[in-house]
Amino acid sequence: MRNLINIMDLTPIEIEELIYIALDIIANPKKYAHVCDGKKLATLFFEPSTRTRLSFEAAMYELGGQVLGFSEAASSSAAKGESVSDTVRVVSYYADIIAMRHPKEGAPLVASMKADVPVINAGDGGHNHPTQTLADLLTIYREKGSFENLTIGLCGDLQFGRTVHSLIAAMSRYHGTKFIMISPEELKVPRYIISDIVEKKGIPYEETTSLEGAMPKLDVLYMTRVQRERFFNEADYMRLKDSYILTPDKLKTAKTSLSILHPLPRVNEIAVAVDDDPRACYFEQARNGKYMRMALITKLLEVAL
Amino acid sequence: MIIGQIKDGIVLDHITAGNSIRIYDILGLGDLDCTVAMIKNADSAKMGRKDIIKIFRVIDIDFAVLGYIDPGVTVNIIQDGKIVKREKLTLPERVTNIIRCKNPRCISSTEQELPQVFRLVDPEKKLYRCIYCDSDAPKDLRK
Repeated sequence: MRNLINIMDLTPIEIEELIYIALDIIANPKKYAHVCDGKKLATLFFEPSTRTRLSFEAAMYELGGQVLGFSEAASSSAAKGESVSDTVRVVSYYADIIAMRHPKEGAPLVASMKADVPVINAGDGGHNHPTQTLADLLTIYREKGSFENLTIGLCGDLQFGRTVHSLIAAMSRYHGTKFIMISPEELKVPRYIISDIVEKKGIPYEETTSLEGAMPKLDVLYMTRVQRERFFNEADYMRLKDSYILTPDKLKTAKTSLSILHPLPRVNEIAVAVDDDPRACYFEQARNGKYMRMALITKLLEVAL
Repeated sequence: MIIGQIKDGIVLDHITAGNSIRIYDILGLGDLDCTVAMIKNADSAKMGRKDIIKIFRVIDIDFAVLGYIDPGVTVNIIQDGKIVKREKLTLPERVTNIIRCKNPRCISSTEQELPQVFRLVDPEKKLYRCIYCDSDAPKDLRK
């Protein structure tokens, strides 16, 4: 039995397999409509989420399976003080696979140690969010046809942005990757990610505060939201929340082949006018998330395809 | 009393000078009812100064803990007055319940029954990280 806690739990070959399954699902949805008949997914969301939870649920329904769970800690026994360990131990008697989101970092790892069924990390605080990275990777693959020789701009909250950390880890395994990290000084990529991944692998990178300066070099622009829920101090959030706003004007110097990604939800960091730009991929990215979650569920449940 | 000769016991040699008291505490040597001798700041050709601990009985030593606190320590097991085994320590791959994670966002901060587990990520820097949240081990516990 396998779990997905960190994107690095998957080898590049396994990611490729998931991408091929996802592409096959897109091409032949009927073939997959009953592969999870009789299987149940438990969505344990101790922190509010709209698209990730709905995406998991839609993924399971489209595979023929069923879904149970809760969407906030207040409606679970966590509100009564039950530990994550006890919750998942019990839930693994009711479900065949668990998707868990939790505000505490490492909670899904704890769950995977206690559960008898596969556990998928659906986001743990500011730490990891591997299925978002799977959505990001499928989007990049569909846009670019390959993961090689891409200059990737990461913009916004790079300190608490878990999707950014996972994407850096995943893309660092491909030849020719270059990162341009665009953020305010206070929200730079954590040092351990730079030293352990980027520098260790000798990947070229730049850190800058200027989105305009980086724009012409980028093949992929990954925008992120400054997340209010990650700040202990409201004043810091208010000061930094409008640091980067992508507008059609700022895109004038970008390559025509640029792909703009965003894990969503956005607040105001991408102007609505950008949505009509053919380079905007973020809604397609959300759709891709569902396909990759479908592929992942089939893989972890080891269903016959 | 002469503390030089041990018939059966353990000598922890090449302890970084100043570390012996911490090792004494963490290994719980104060709870033993046998003779335990601590020598501080002994001359050492290799280290300049070193500490030595002599335990006048063979006991189970938690090598992982010892390796984490002071990986340069040599453990000599003595039987019938002779060294029968000499172990060089290495940094353990994992240490359990020696370091506490200081990250308030870590699951181990709220679920108190969880073991505090850190894994070795960089032997050169003696860097350990929490297995749950990937936070670095607090530096003040390392030498």
